[in-house]
Amino acid sequence: MNPTPPLLEVKNITKHFDISGGFLEKLSLENMRPVLKKTVVHALNDVSFSIIAGETFSIVGESGCGKSTLGRAVLGLYPPSSGQIYYYGTRIDVLNAREMLPYRRKMQMVFQDPYASLNPRMKVEQTLMEPVLFHNPAITMLEARDLVSEIMEQVGVDPLWASRYPHEFSGGQRQRISIARALMVEPEFIVADEPISALDVSIQAQILNLFMEAQETRGLTYLFITHDMSVVKHISTRVAVMYLGTICELARTEALFTRPRHPYTQALLSAIPVLGTKKARHIKLKGEVPTPIDLPKGCVFHKRCPHVFARCREEVPLLAEYDSGRLLACHGVEEGRI
Amino acid sequence: MQHLLQLEDVVIRFALRFGDLTAVDGVSFALDKGQRLGLVGESGAGKSVTGFSIINLISKPGYIASGRILFEGRDLAHLDEEEMRDIRGNRISMIFQDPMMTLNPVLTIGEQMVETLLAHRKFTEDECRDRALETLRKVHIPSPEKRLSQYPHELSGGMRQRIVIAIALLADPALIIADEPSTALDVTIQAEILDLLLELCESEKTALILITHDLAVVSQVTETIAVMYAGKIVELGSTEAVIHTPMHPYTRGLINALPGSVHSERRLNQIPGMMPSLMTIPPGCSFHPRCEYRMEVCRHQVPDLRYYESFGREVACHLGEGLFGRSS
Repeated sequence: MNPTPPLLEVKNITKHFDISGGFLEKLSLENMRPVLKKTVVHALNDVSFSIIAGETFSIVGESGCGKSTLGRAVLGLYPPSSGQIYYYGTRIDVLNAREMLPYRRKMQMVFQDPYASLNPRMKVEQTLMEPVLFHNPAITMLEARDLVSEIMEQVGVDPLWASRYPHEFSGGQRQRISIARALMVEPEFIVADEPISALDVSIQAQILNLFMEAQETRGLTYLFITHDMSVVKHISTRVAVMYLGTICELARTEALFTRPRHPYTQALLSAIPVLGTKKARHIKLKGEVPTPIDLPKGCVFHKRCPHVFARCREEVPLLAEYDSGRLLACHGVEEGRI
Repeated sequence: MQHLLQLEDVVIRFALRFGDLTAVDGVSFALDKGQRLGLVGESGAGKSVTGFSIINLISKPGYIASGRILFEGRDLAHLDEEEMRDIRGNRISMIFQDPMMTLNPVLTIGEQMVETLLAHRKFTEDECRDRALETLRKVHIPSPEKRLSQYPHELSGGMRQRIVIAIALLADPALIIADEPSTALDVTIQAEILDLLLELCESEKTALILITHDLAVVSQVTETIAVMYAGKIVELGSTEAVIHTPMHPYTRGLINALPGSVHSERRLNQIPGMMPSLMTIPPGCSFHPRCEYRMEVCRHQVPDLRYYESFGREVACHLGEGLFGRSS
């Protein structure tokens, strides 16, 4: 048995969203008999992985692949339809709100849009103080104020601006404040959902540096959700590539970028525009991402895969371990065809 | 030799209650037939406004305060609405970022294409249909006959952007202005759209102005690059030269700040501070508060965009010839 459980372990998580609407919308006729039909979005299908304390674990994928849903499910913002989530060995997806409280303090989130994630009617100081006062009722106002100044200083926002409102700050400054809010309660684990996508290029570097500094000084663990592969390559320890609600490849960053093995990862990496290279030949994929409402049978990627075989159309490939801890779900690799 | 398009000292202002705001401050560049130029900069740098000004899409309270926009021998800055309509969508087409906003949701693809054609050509219905089908094939849309009767919502984002490109191509324009055409798309789709734009510009000899914030995208598609900062072009030269040996401290900072650029250190090289808003553009060189090489002169004198023989490009920086010695 493993003596120290990983910081976070996600086992066979699925998340379905019922979008069928009201009774009349579900109603349809089949062979002249009325039946109730459900329309379900399969956002996550049997996703498993674990995150080790101190690492930056990134999830990449295109829009609609379920990466944000996964981030939210991990924090308990969406209850999973099935599966288990363990935090240092304790199962947290079955806890009620009160039991969940200590874990909410340890797990924080930074959102994509700093214009939408800060309350426009609260001063920065109020925004930053709220989580502290909530999780630590014993703290005095004076102590809380000091903490606010300290954290603001750390994220590079002048503490003198604590009494201003979010609209008085630029996008980059607001994202610093969002990070400060997450750091206020001394978390161990931060889920960052596209935290730099809404920012300008020169500001992105500043915010990424801030994330990395905070990790070094506080020993944080990150779950980083993004579609920007160059960012992923720079900051992550391990990367999981998602497609249509399933993980198709999970490997250490260097291994993934130097030798992607899943056909989807290969196509995805070849499509990234690289500075200063005249258009590299990218792998062209047939068709488009299918809807997660009716998932294709077999491998979710088979309709677009250049290496598709009969077995891929029938049987769902499972994640299996390959070279140095790389996990892959592909029949082609398993059979040695790719 | 006459250029296809030539901007001469274009100044665009927005008349606001408290006075005029200068969004674009003396931009000049030239573009020849079939040439591809990238306008790069962060939000608010004035790149879109510059692009829009070419086909006079600056809406009130914005106006072109001075300068000339010469296109095929005519000054577009002083054309009336009637004459401008003859150029828009005909000689110069525009592609916008969000294809859902560009396409009319209540008209079929076919209706929208015919509408564009009839605005500029005296075609019969059959000719329009043939021309529409031919253009849809050019942008590699599968089963084009079927698409003509479909509505925009029936198509995916990538497919919609292909339709937008097809509409832009309908009248065989000499110039296409594309404002962040691939930003709203996923990477795999983005790669396809960029490939398509490049292929079409090469085969149709169409000139392209690509407006984007993404240096990597520009480096793959364009031959020339113009880097904008706070309403001015700070560096203008061949894409390869600018990307590989950026001269202006801002360009250099921007490229070094990208993860996965030359530096392998964990900490990224960041440019301190942020771009000033148009209301608070500092005197002298507008980049000086963020520049690591600033000198006394930068604080009060605006540097001109000058051509340097030794660099093979135009740079607006007081360091002048000294720029080269500073290449890190």
